Amino acid sequence: MASKPLSPFLWLVFSAGGTAAALLFPVHLFLAGLAFPLGWLAPPSPEALRALVGHPLTRLYLFVFISLPLFHWAHRFRYTLYDGLQLKHLTALIAVLCYGTAVLGAAVAGWTLWSFPG
Amino acid sequence: MGDTVTLSVARYRPEQEAEPVFQDYEVPLRRDWVVLDALNHVKDRLDGSLAFRWSCRMGVCGSCGMMVNGEPRLTCAAFLSDHLPGPIRVEPLRFFPVIRDLVVDITSFLGKLKKVKPWIVRKEEKPISEGEYRQTPDQLDAYKQFSMCINCMLCYSACPIYGLEPSFIGPAAIALAQRYNRDSRDQGSRERLEVLSEHDGIWQCTFVGECSQVCPKNVDPAGAIQQYKLASATRWLSLLLPWGER
Amino acid sequence: MIPAARSTPFHPRWYRRRVSVWWWLEKGSYTLFVLRELTSVFVALFAALTLWQVRALAAGPEAYGDLVARLRSPGFLALNVVGLVSLLFHSVTWFNLAPKAIVLRIRGRRVPDWAVAGANYAAWVLLSAGVAAILLRA
Repeated sequence: MASKPLSPFLWLVFSAGGTAAALLFPVHLFLAGLAFPLGWLAPPSPEALRALVGHPLTRLYLFVFISLPLFHWAHRFRYTLYDGLQLKHLTALIAVLCYGTAVLGAAVAGWTLWSFPG
Repeated sequence: MGDTVTLSVARYRPEQEAEPVFQDYEVPLRRDWVVLDALNHVKDRLDGSLAFRWSCRMGVCGSCGMMVNGEPRLTCAAFLSDHLPGPIRVEPLRFFPVIRDLVVDITSFLGKLKKVKPWIVRKEEKPISEGEYRQTPDQLDAYKQFSMCINCMLCYSACPIYGLEPSFIGPAAIALAQRYNRDSRDQGSRERLEVLSEHDGIWQCTFVGECSQVCPKNVDPAGAIQQYKLASATRWLSLLLPWGER
Repeated sequence: MIPAARSTPFHPRWYRRRVSVWWWLEKGSYTLFVLRELTSVFVALFAALTLWQVRALAAGPEAYGDLVARLRSPGFLALNVVGLVSLLFHSVTWFNLAPKAIVLRIRGRRVPDWAVAGANYAAWVLLSAGVAAILLRA
């Protein structure tokens, strides 16, 4: 599958992404996806949110927040397809699609956060 | 509890059938009998043609592994009374090629075992005059759990990754590699690293965890594998970073 | 699998059963494993949603208001409920498995599994509280 020096790196990124997602995603999804839309808790105003996101530390946080878990998904999903659906003959294509999507997502996130107003 | 229980045993005689068939035997239901006792009863009294492996009958040799009601078990440790009501299904260890009846081909596993060099590897042997290799209890503790492996291969039968990819080096081989990697007397980590980081090495494992669930000796091969992944990854990092050791 | 076995005493036909593509449905623990692995899909979806939010925020109040309204739709709410359950499943399985990989020895004794897992859970609670504090006070 992956070459020898690449495998530990991919696993490291997968683990980092999984840890970030495990620690941070539930609270963020609860707030942004349920509590705020349903009015259980008062969301920050768009202006306040803009100011918050504009801060360099928040930009960095969000970049890591979005990118690492994407690579976690890429690595994990790739193996799920390979083992679960036994798509061994497509192993190279699956790898390219999965990691490629993650790279694309990270690039878009990086660009968006870099050029965020403020 | 009645007097007898039905054993539904997979038979495969390549000279007469293309696929395994089940054959039922009525065996005495004794409170202290294990599946191995029942199989030996079949062989001794009912059907001498049944082929199966066994040896110590006390859970230390690793010979009698089979599928009992779909779970990989040591038949010398699987009580008939725990599998009631019958029929109790006995099949050869899953994911291995079947030679005959309940006997599977374990050559591939033996090859994998040899590949990981499950012995103390030294750059230089200490001369006898210098005395023994000494080891503290803590140093023993670092690898003792992994040394309990009896090569019964139940973990291979539980591992879906091995089922899907028979070339996967597998739980027991990796656990045994770790047993020696973590032994303070050993200096062979580098050599084993080559084998373990290959295409069919540790990176095929997706931590299903079933191997540790079925291990009769609590070796925890899944733990051994994850620890090795982490060690491998940190080693990679240390090589990458300029101040790391080479 | 094999046509009617033609075997000789010296080359017996060994039987090999093909693993079904539904192997993961054959055992409860296998199914749970696949469900655990599939949580990564919801991880990716939420990362994408967050990116969408940031982009909408950057684009202006109209775009952002649009997204906020969409998040109130039953479709998104249902997706987010399933997503939250999935993410929680990921977190719990992740923290419970962490001690298997992370073996720490303090003064020669191994740190027990519950301590490693517990530290992870504690970090989870602290970070979640911190995030909530920042977002609710903004």
